[in-house]
Amino acid sequence: MPIISVDNVTQKFGARTIFKNVTFEIEAGEVFVILGGSGCGKSTLLKQMIGLLPPTEGDITVTGHSVTRDLDAVRKNIGVMFQSGALFGSMTLLDNIMLPLAVFTDLPPAARAEIARIKLALVGLGDAALRLPAEISGGMVKRAAIARALALDPPVLLLDEPSAGLDPITSAGLDRLILDLRDQVGATFVVVTHELASILAIADRCIMLDAQAQGMIAEGRPRDLKDHPTDPMVKAFFNRETL
Amino acid sequence: MSATLNVTPERIALAGPLSAMGIGTLWPKAIRAARRAAGDELFLDISEATVLDTSGAALILAMESSHGGQVTLIGADDRATALLAQLRAALPDPDAPRQKREAGPARSPFETLRVRVAFFGETIIAVLGLPAKLRFLRGSDFARIADRAGLQALPLVIMLGFLIGMILAFQSAIPMRQFGADLYVADLVAISLFRELGPLLVSVILAGRTGSAFAAELGTMRVNEEIAALTTMGIDPETMLVLPRMAATMAIMPGLVVAMDISGLLGMSVVLMLLGFPPSAIAGQITATTGPSDFLLGLFKGMIFAAAIAIIGCRAGLTAGNGPRAVGEAATSAVVGGIVATVLLDGLFAVLFYRLGL
Repeated sequence: MPIISVDNVTQKFGARTIFKNVTFEIEAGEVFVILGGSGCGKSTLLKQMIGLLPPTEGDITVTGHSVTRDLDAVRKNIGVMFQSGALFGSMTLLDNIMLPLAVFTDLPPAARAEIARIKLALVGLGDAALRLPAEISGGMVKRAAIARALALDPPVLLLDEPSAGLDPITSAGLDRLILDLRDQVGATFVVVTHELASILAIADRCIMLDAQAQGMIAEGRPRDLKDHPTDPMVKAFFNRETL
Repeated sequence: MSATLNVTPERIALAGPLSAMGIGTLWPKAIRAARRAAGDELFLDISEATVLDTSGAALILAMESSHGGQVTLIGADDRATALLAQLRAALPDPDAPRQKREAGPARSPFETLRVRVAFFGETIIAVLGLPAKLRFLRGSDFARIADRAGLQALPLVIMLGFLIGMILAFQSAIPMRQFGADLYVADLVAISLFRELGPLLVSVILAGRTGSAFAAELGTMRVNEEIAALTTMGIDPETMLVLPRMAATMAIMPGLVVAMDISGLLGMSVVLMLLGFPPSAIAGQITATTGPSDFLLGLFKGMIFAAAIAIIGCRAGLTAGNGPRAVGEAATSAVVGGIVATVLLDGLFAVLFYRLGL
């Protein structure tokens, strides 16, 4: 049974259609990438999957719960990393990660701190627990945001543009981290990105959205899409060509 | 569903979901049990655990740490063993001293004063250098700020002025009536409003509405590195951001003070008319005891107060730290600083006008 099902989802803003009839499934333990050019609706689809934007038509189920009918249950099973990191600037990294533990569990404060330290250590920030988000680099912010998304060990982690604004080395480190975490905690990762190197490095499967087609134009393993593209846009994307 | 803890002399057994949701209640007991077993080898049985995630693994590592000696894990499958090994490898050295939050360098009161005086000086320099930098100014900025600080504040100023006039008149009329001097309430309220309360109350409103808005807006620009962008483009923020705000607040202040004065007099007139005085008597009393100088002094003071509030608000924003908290602190500092500066300046004007016989 798939851990996420996107069923005939359409998104319109007024008369403008962002995408229509998008349908795909994600299996547990996959690193699944949603890719496409700017403005094709990647982040919009992610927002639908986390319940921030109700689909105009269709439905999405996460761990068997519908985002349109049972959003609370969906949110207990997902962790989200936003593009900017969205760490709380007035809290240390440790406090950022302790926050969901304090709200959703009955763990005593010492236990919350211990668990938060472990999450930070998992993403390689064991030594930065008491720093504020403003005091760390962009790559560290992304790592800390992943640690916060991991706070409650959700089965599904959704990452919005994790490599955006990072240098290639930091970006490659983040890709490695995603694969390590998938192996270590067994979570399913849904990653929105248009970074070709990241897609080829981490994705088990991917879908590609296209603004002109107003929907999904490809689905499969990234290496297959690169080597045997079925659509000119897919070919252009994977081979860095202009149309 | 919660995990369970079973402590026997031979072993400690953890069963059920060893996850963040499941281990909350047993965490302290498990740590205590592990600590009590210190000195002996600890056999930790997790064969009945249905889930083991990183939170559950954190509990096991915390128990190992509390015990401090040899720990033998029973019933761990390959995945659990691998997870624990990875976490042990990732964790910082337990013998290393725990980090402490390093407080940023605290600014001394002298340094704070120096920054404020320096900002005031930079603003004066920006004013003096304005003719050469007129191209940095944008009329639309001036109009936008004047609209927000002036026109949009007008209903509030009129409402508060009317109420203050009524309250002053009513509170003064009660004792003055005992001496048959209740008509002089008109003199008292008119002089108070023109010379003192009009500019002072508008300044308090301006500090709360506009000074804080300046601080928040410029503080956010600083956090977003927009101020740094201006500086690197060779545009000094004082000229482009502070001067239009200062000019706009000074320009709208007389209008707001007049609105406060008139609405205050109207409020006072309503009370006096309810006490039986005709409008002509009230108007005659006001014109007989107040002159244009009272009114103009109030307008002049108001403009100076407005300049101080704008400069303090902009200073708070431009010297804000990083992050959303810093923006909030800048807004607070702008309001407090604006009100304190207004009252201090008002005291200075009181002495100055007395000396000058105004």
